[in-house]
Amino acid sequence: MSDAKIKKIRVGVASCGIAAGAEAVMDLLKKEAGAIPVEGTGCLGHCYAEPMVEVLLDNGESVIYRDVKADEKAVRNILSVGPENRFEIPPVRKAKELVKVLALAGRIDPTSFEDYVANGGYKGLEKALAMTSAEVIDEVKLSGLRGRGGGGFPTGNKWGFLAAKQADEKILICNADEGDPGAFMDRALMESAPHQVLEGMLIAAYATGATKLFIYCRAEYPMAIKHLKIAIAQIYEHKLNVVAGRELEIIIKEGAGAFVCGEETALIASLEGQRGTPRFRPPFPTDKGWMGYPSMINNVETFGNIPLILREGGAEFAKVGTEGSKGTKIFALAGDLKYPGLVEVPMGITLREIVFDIGGADPEKVKAVQTGGPSGGCIPVELFDTPVDYDSLKKLGAIMGSGGMIVIGKDRCMVETARYFLDFTHRESCGKCTFCRVGTTRMYETLERNVAGKGEMSDIELLENLGPKIRMGSLCGLGQTAPNPVLATLRYYRHEYEAHVRDHQCEALQCNALVDLKLDQSKCVKCKLCIKNCPVGAISDDFVIDNTKCTRCNTCLDMCPKKAIRRVKKGSN
Amino acid sequence: MTEKYAFLEKVGREPSNLIKGLQAVQGVEGYVSDESIRAISEYFGIPEVEVEGVLSFYAQFKRVKPGKYKIAVCDGTACHIKGSPLVQEWVSRALGISDGETDEKGHFSLETVACLGCCSLAPVMSVNGRVYAKLDRKTTIKILKEYEAK
Ligand SMILES: Cc1cc2nc3c(=O)[nH]c(=O)nc-3n(C[C@H](O)[C@H](O)[C@H](O)COP(=O)(O)O)c2cc1C
Ligand code: SF4
Ligand code: SF4
Ligand code: FES
Ligand code: FES
Repeated sequence: MSDAKIKKIRVGVASCGIAAGAEAVMDLLKKEAGAIPVEGTGCLGHCYAEPMVEVLLDNGESVIYRDVKADEKAVRNILSVGPENRFEIPPVRKAKELVKVLALAGRIDPTSFEDYVANGGYKGLEKALAMTSAEVIDEVKLSGLRGRGGGGFPTGNKWGFLAAKQADEKILICNADEGDPGAFMDRALMESAPHQVLEGMLIAAYATGATKLFIYCRAEYPMAIKHLKIAIAQIYEHKLNVVAGRELEIIIKEGAGAFVCGEETALIASLEGQRGTPRFRPPFPTDKGWMGYPSMINNVETFGNIPLILREGGAEFAKVGTEGSKGTKIFALAGDLKYPGLVEVPMGITLREIVFDIGGADPEKVKAVQTGGPSGGCIPVELFDTPVDYDSLKKLGAIMGSGGMIVIGKDRCMVETARYFLDFTHRESCGKCTFCRVGTTRMYETLERNVAGKGEMSDIELLENLGPKIRMGSLCGLGQTAPNPVLATLRYYRHEYEAHVRDHQCEALQCNALVDLKLDQSKCVKCKLCIKNCPVGAISDDFVIDNTKCTRCNTCLDMCPKKAIRRVKKGSN
Repeated sequence: MTEKYAFLEKVGREPSNLIKGLQAVQGVEGYVSDESIRAISEYFGIPEVEVEGVLSFYAQFKRVKPGKYKIAVCDGTACHIKGSPLVQEWVSRALGISDGETDEKGHFSLETVACLGCCSLAPVMSVNGRVYAKLDRKTTIKILKEYEAK
């Protein structure tokens, strides 16, 4: 390998690569690489190893480097295809994952039309255009693809509804709002392979007869928006926006920071320039959507699957997955684990395999995993043999959601976790339904009381009582699912709630109001770092912490070279 | 329409572009002022109260002028689990402002946001859109110092 010449160098400069410092690496490489082209690429999904650099050799092989620093040594190592910091996909992960939808992510320059086409891009569209629109829909039905936005509605059927409509104009909308705070599958796909999402949309437009195509993308994703805009300009340039003689208009609209706008009817209202409040269905958007026109909404990842289905055929696609859930699913792994990042796996894989084998989490330290974000529930480690598919997760009181998967360690408090989610949902409720607006606020206040050590046993009953009522009395999915994080934690971790409200104790030592700080004099070397750095002067000159002054900011824990300061149960000082 | 808001012409005049218009204004001025609301109302032919009604719905729109450096501390799920409340506390203490506030010099403003999409590098914050990852107390303070000097 050492005699082979470097053909090209690629640096992962998706959002998270940049956050890890990839830009400086790229600048330095460009300066030092002479005639070798240095390109940006999207995301390989191995966030834990960012910044990453791939060296492509003229013999067709490639070497990937991890944790690359922006310094001389690292650059020299790369340019000489040296042995330091080489990256290998962990073998267990390699054995379990199945990379299909993300195959091009981190492998092409996302701003290059040619790169996409050279890697099979727009072959799916070509195939679709050679079929009748009804045949395309049949192919999607055959694939068994279900919506990746969380609801899991069969995609082919939805397409069929829109195709059957007669109207002056039909609307297609790509839901790129990615509202689950802790999920980034859609961001990575749009940043890394924007044409793939757009190809899916073009195929859908052909199959359904839609002519106005919207992408509703959250404003927090500037790079995704930029890459999509570049890709759209290229589509116009290559006239790919003309399908079956119809000219399509593709429009990007930026969201404005409201979680509820991920819900389809709210999203449509927002696209109309109004407040993003959901409305009652029926009429469904496919009957009456944007400005009254029949409209269809699919998620980013759903569209991302479409070119594959057309390329390999629906039957082939359906070979992967389980009876009711076909294909692969992308998950965004984060939280308490060793290898956070993106992973694409076949449906039906177990949580155990994802969290432990792929994510490298320590089985001794994991308490639960949260799927589906604020709409989902936690699943305790005891149930990790559950296969990941739409129906199995639902049975556990959780949901598949859009793919956010947060691993929760044993040192996290579940009452606080539930409080966090209700804080989110009660603020994001659009306020239309009383049960959602007032109910979630009531739940939030109760949980807030509990973590502050001011709860009572009756609070648990109150929460259990409110949950089903909020579910029943809410119009949209936000309210209907808002109690899930509370009810799921109550179901599996009731003892933690009881400890908070009855004994005013937080076993995880996370809830500040239920924790004291303790300075262990026997370990202390009297360096006074803690005293000097405490922002509120809570540590006395004779090394005692005044817990009535201390704000639990953890500065002293951080500073102490001897780990002499610890969090302890309140009152045990 | 006043010269000042001539850039609105780039946004189509259909009422469905109202949010886009507001975004354009905030993009240029950093916030949505009373004056700009009047201009928008006039441009789209939508009453001022309706413009206010729409903009107040969306968290993105600011009605007060933000600082030169806009700090957004992520409090999405991954960041929360990884200790974002502490990051908020450190930043807040270092700058003397809390969530939603701007300091007196107009140098910094602080807000918490739900997820910047870099969850695997949690906890994160951004300063004028540039994301800083894997924050601990030292790096957070160091970053703030850098911007303070600017
Ligand atoms: C409160 C709420 C938030 C939602 N957020 C999103 C989102 O961010 N992205 C998404 O694709 N779907 C979201 N959905 C689901 C959409 O309403 C819709 O079902 C989906 O976009 C349909 O696309 P699919 O069939 O391809 O999944 C949300 C639903 C609710 C109730
Ligand atoms: S359930 Fe909540 S968010 Fe949904 S429409 Fe009702 S009030 Fe609004
Ligand atoms: S920082 Fe630690 S070792 Fe130093 S004085 Fe404080 S407790 Fe003692
Ligand atoms: S490496 Fe791209 S999502 Fe993290
Ligand atoms: S939760 Fe903070 S970046 Fe996603």
